[in-house]
Amino acid sequence: MKYALLIYADEKAWESVPHDQRHAIYEEYDKFANELVERGVMRGGDQLADSPAATTVRVRDGQQLVTDGPFAETKEQLGGYFLVEVDDLDTAIELATKLPGARHGSVEVRPIIEG
Amino acid sequence: MTDAFGALERSFRQGSGRAVAALIRVTGDFDLAEEAVQDAFEVALRTWPSRGVPDNPEAWIVTTARNRAIDKLRRDRVGRVKREAAAQIAELETIGVDVHEIPDDRLRLLFTCCHPALAMDARVALTLRTVAGLSTREIARAFLVPEPTLGQRLTRAKRKIRDAAIPYRVPPRELLPERLDGVLAVLYLVFNEGYAATEGELLRAEMGDEAIRLARLVDRLLPGDEDVRALLALMLLQHARRAARTDEAGDLVLLEDQDRSRWDHAMIDEGLSVLAEGARRPGGYRLQAEIAACHARAPRAEDTDWPEIATLYGRLAALQPSPVVELNRAAAVAMADGPESGLRMLEPLQPDLDRYHLFHAAKADLLRRAGRTDDAVEAYRRALDLTTNDAERRFLERRLTTLQRA
Repeated sequence: MKYALLIYADEKAWESVPHDQRHAIYEEYDKFANELVERGVMRGGDQLADSPAATTVRVRDGQQLVTDGPFAETKEQLGGYFLVEVDDLDTAIELATKLPGARHGSVEVRPIIEG
Repeated sequence: MTDAFGALERSFRQGSGRAVAALIRVTGDFDLAEEAVQDAFEVALRTWPSRGVPDNPEAWIVTTARNRAIDKLRRDRVGRVKREAAAQIAELETIGVDVHEIPDDRLRLLFTCCHPALAMDARVALTLRTVAGLSTREIARAFLVPEPTLGQRLTRAKRKIRDAAIPYRVPPRELLPERLDGVLAVLYLVFNEGYAATEGELLRAEMGDEAIRLARLVDRLLPGDEDVRALLALMLLQHARRAARTDEAGDLVLLEDQDRSRWDHAMIDEGLSVLAEGARRPGGYRLQAEIAACHARAPRAEDTDWPEIATLYGRLAALQPSPVVELNRAAAVAMADGPESGLRMLEPLQPDLDRYHLFHAAKADLLRRAGRTDDAVEAYRRALDLTTNDAERRFLERRLTTLQRA
């Protein structure tokens, strides 16, 4: 059985965490990732860029609707994800448009922090 | 601030667009480009007043800003980034003195600034800041937002371009029509914000000039596009009326009451000659420009070809169905066939436009002309409740007073 562990947190609060504390928390994440590897259960994971870097894509009546910002509709729930590596946001948007979910729901395109 | 300073600032920023765009292309760094051009401005402030404006200000700004950017890259970068900086410096050094030797990067800058993944207000601010070269202070004043708010808006937009990897390019053919629509929408919004600004006559005219300047730029960089030409014509024909739109007290003067000798007839001629090129596939801007042309061609208000305007609004409504277009169409039909015909067309629009002050203002006007004074008074009151624009409020109050006196 595979599980996705989705992390929700307050970006604003995170920004005000002092540098050394932040460092300690990152180390904790590293430790966690190492434990996953040691236990043979690691299937991937990344830190996402903050929500202002997000773009939401929908398709309605065959028309592509692109909006700035994260997905913010409480009536819909996270239902799945794909990870893609492409040159730029236009290509990511083009792919997002092709997902069936873009027609009946929304696809949030969020950059991954390379590190 | 002195006039000399204002003139220098103006000629500088009108020549700075290519430098900003070229530096962003090479470095991918909006802030670095802006700082380098700002530094070049400081140099211009010191040298232009004594030595005079250079023969080719654009080339002077490109060279000076390029040198500043190279200095910055040499100073600021360390480690891994240093190698990247070295490559950028080498490329910057190829940007020649003659601006005609380098490709004009402003079109890609414009497409990046107007990318749909940016919020609309961010697109407008970013376009005016980077492509048009306006200062944060000027943009904040024109859009009636505090300067720090506008500064944050710009910072956030630039960060999004970087973090989300919004490409810096003219979109490929398959995306071009849609993205160009987006660019034109931003330009028209700049124009209209200026047009409808609640205060500051001067700022209003400046935003109109700015939007026209940007439309001319797009037209030059993407020659032959019908929608671009149509938008340019529309802006020229509307902007030509700017001096007659308000009286000495700053009060609104209706089209029918405007002193047509105060219209800018050279600008009208230019707009009309753009329209005379014709269109294979008339779009929304084209139809609106043709409507503006009907007004521009009429020597007196009573000479206006209202049946033609009503037809054009009908075509616009078919192309871009919207209650506001229907409202304008009803007003034109009323002018052509009498107020009762217009009022009949307004009825079905009420549910959609009940919160729109111009709906009630238009309805009030038709009721007044139909002799239904009590209903007209009520409609004017409703319009007054809904309007937020001082000039419009004063206009509606005058109408109401005249009506109640009669």
